[in-house]
Amino acid sequence: MGYLPNLVFLSLLIVGGGFFVRNILRVKRNIMLGKQTDRTKDKTARWKHMARVALGQSKMGVKPVAAALHLIVYVGFILINIELLEIVLDGLLGTHRLFAPLLGELYDVLIGSFEILALLVLLSVILFWTRRNLLKIKRFWKNEMKGWPKRDADYILYFELVLMLLFLCMNATDAILQQQTVESYIKAGSFPVSDHIKPLFEGLNTNTLFLLERGFWWAHISGILIFLNYLYYSKHLHILLAFPNTFYANLEAQGKFRVDGSIKNEVMQMLFPEKATTPPEGATPPEKFGASDVFDLRWTQLMNAYSCTECGRCTSSCPANITGKELSPRKIMMDTRDRLEEVGKNLNLNKGVSKDDQKQLLNDYISPEELWACTSCNACVTACPIAIDPLSIIMDMRQYLVMEQSAAPQALNAMMGNIENNGAPWPFSNQDRLQWANE
Amino acid sequence: MKLEVPTLASLEAQGKKAEVVFWVGCAGSFDERAKKITKAFVKILNHTQTPFAVLGTEESCTGDPAKRAGNEFLFQMQALQNITTLDRYGVTTIVTTCPHCFNTLKNEYPELGGHYKVLHHTQFLKSLIKEGRLKIEGGAYKGKRITYHDPCYLARANNIFEAPRELIKKLDAELVEMKSCKTRGLCCGAGGAQMFKDAEQGNKEINSERTEQALDTQAEIIAAACPFCTTMLTDGVKSAQQESKVHIMDVAEMIAQAQNL
Repeated sequence: MGYLPNLVFLSLLIVGGGFFVRNILRVKRNIMLGKQTDRTKDKTARWKHMARVALGQSKMGVKPVAAALHLIVYVGFILINIELLEIVLDGLLGTHRLFAPLLGELYDVLIGSFEILALLVLLSVILFWTRRNLLKIKRFWKNEMKGWPKRDADYILYFELVLMLLFLCMNATDAILQQQTVESYIKAGSFPVSDHIKPLFEGLNTNTLFLLERGFWWAHISGILIFLNYLYYSKHLHILLAFPNTFYANLEAQGKFRVDGSIKNEVMQMLFPEKATTPPEGATPPEKFGASDVFDLRWTQLMNAYSCTECGRCTSSCPANITGKELSPRKIMMDTRDRLEEVGKNLNLNKGVSKDDQKQLLNDYISPEELWACTSCNACVTACPIAIDPLSIIMDMRQYLVMEQSAAPQALNAMMGNIENNGAPWPFSNQDRLQWANE
Repeated sequence: MKLEVPTLASLEAQGKKAEVVFWVGCAGSFDERAKKITKAFVKILNHTQTPFAVLGTEESCTGDPAKRAGNEFLFQMQALQNITTLDRYGVTTIVTTCPHCFNTLKNEYPELGGHYKVLHHTQFLKSLIKEGRLKIEGGAYKGKRITYHDPCYLARANNIFEAPRELIKKLDAELVEMKSCKTRGLCCGAGGAQMFKDAEQGNKEINSERTEQALDTQAEIIAAACPFCTTMLTDGVKSAQQESKVHIMDVAEMIAQAQNL
């Protein structure tokens, strides 16, 4: 009977951890549905980029208020989670504040700092909620944010709020029990914040306090496990994926768009049959140009989609969106992720084989009108704090529209016809190319 | 003053080579407004006695608008033709007044076998000054309030923010920045092949939005460094009925004018 709590805790950990691992493996499987692309060269630069952009949050500062609040929540969560180690060990071993005797005074400093951080996180979360719901900052209220994305954003804040409150209440009740010299509640920790919520619990009898303290402790660790598992269903997955996403980011000049090397031979054959060499093995032209569904995108683009936390900095910097067009780069990422999730569910239901569901990313999620509104200005790519590239998806989908469906707007067909016939996008004769020199 | 514009073909006939090839681009060759930028830049090249040449009728669209419109095949047709031409003449260095040509030549041609040192004309002008081959005085631009519009394909696409700004400062002008500038600069609306089609349904034209930001600075001149931006902003200023007060100038045009070239 004495080991029951330990066993309950162990099962909780196994179920919570196991379910999380299962979902993460699904995310990985879905991302790997994408095509290969080589993003392994220059590892040093990649580590640096990840350290600077993900760990160092170098691109957040463009919006200073959001950056400051985000930094507090980020640092707070990471540091407070150090205590998670103690909580897990206590749970497994049936101990209480295991580290206190080992760390001595340092323990008091740590617990005290965690409390201050918890308070700061609490305040930041409230301000985040205020910005979203009362100040109604425009980028949080665009069309694509209606329904689940809006609720998701609020749920994350509620989760964080509740977790911090549980942590502080746990400490407050613990502190009272310590004062009452209840057995196993050793004198440990300092409670600069929870001292102020102690009055809420004073006057309660020891038994009630004990039940409350245990209740807060179990609710806190259960809450963390639930939140961990919520990540997969939420935009909040960015707290994990921001790291690989920045590591495997495109580090070349943003103006360089992917050149499809596999058709070079075919083009050479058409232009200069005498010069064209026989294509090397494996350099066969693709069966399909561009992208109409998630399978046609690179795996990095699919990882981009899962990494997006819907902050909307891309959309609020997009010239097309600013001037009222349908295009929203954030929606491009959300659509890609939602379609990929749909494909993933299809795989789950059909034992790993994707059954044709008569749907695709193009038209069912993203309309040609959105794609044609893009000016390829790279504002969205630059704005993203974790190096997501919506532009590459837009360009791949345009390529499908043009090369597989000949579905370019009429004016662009005329432009391309001009290039083909006279080497300029306008209907001027190439023989007149140097006329300006004599005018 | 008659412009000296040798072609690579004519130089080859004389057994000569050019130090640098000026890639004029389609806009610079055919568009009425952009031709003025081309000529201003050639005036500077002539003035500094820079040994350059153009491809003339052997130049063809780099393929940028085709690629951005989704036609990879047509892009590669253009690219491989141009690479063949450039390599036939043994070209090593290219300068261009068009950021779109600049980006394509610099970033996308290497994958198809075309390796050149590619410079935007603002970088080239900066190096002429550094080498002492070009001396700049402010002339009519001295003390003028000028704002600079970052072309997307020069700025965000290739991280060139300072070269054009340094040139403007060399004119002793007062450089003022717009609300969105440098990495956060707002597009003029022409990129990604938008120049060649009508915009999608919205509530405003992109060039009007950008022009408003420029006009908000109270500048007398909006400086640009791209023929497409120049066109879009000129249209924007016209639709805001400010064309008598505010002028759109390429950096090369201002330098040529200030030196009375």
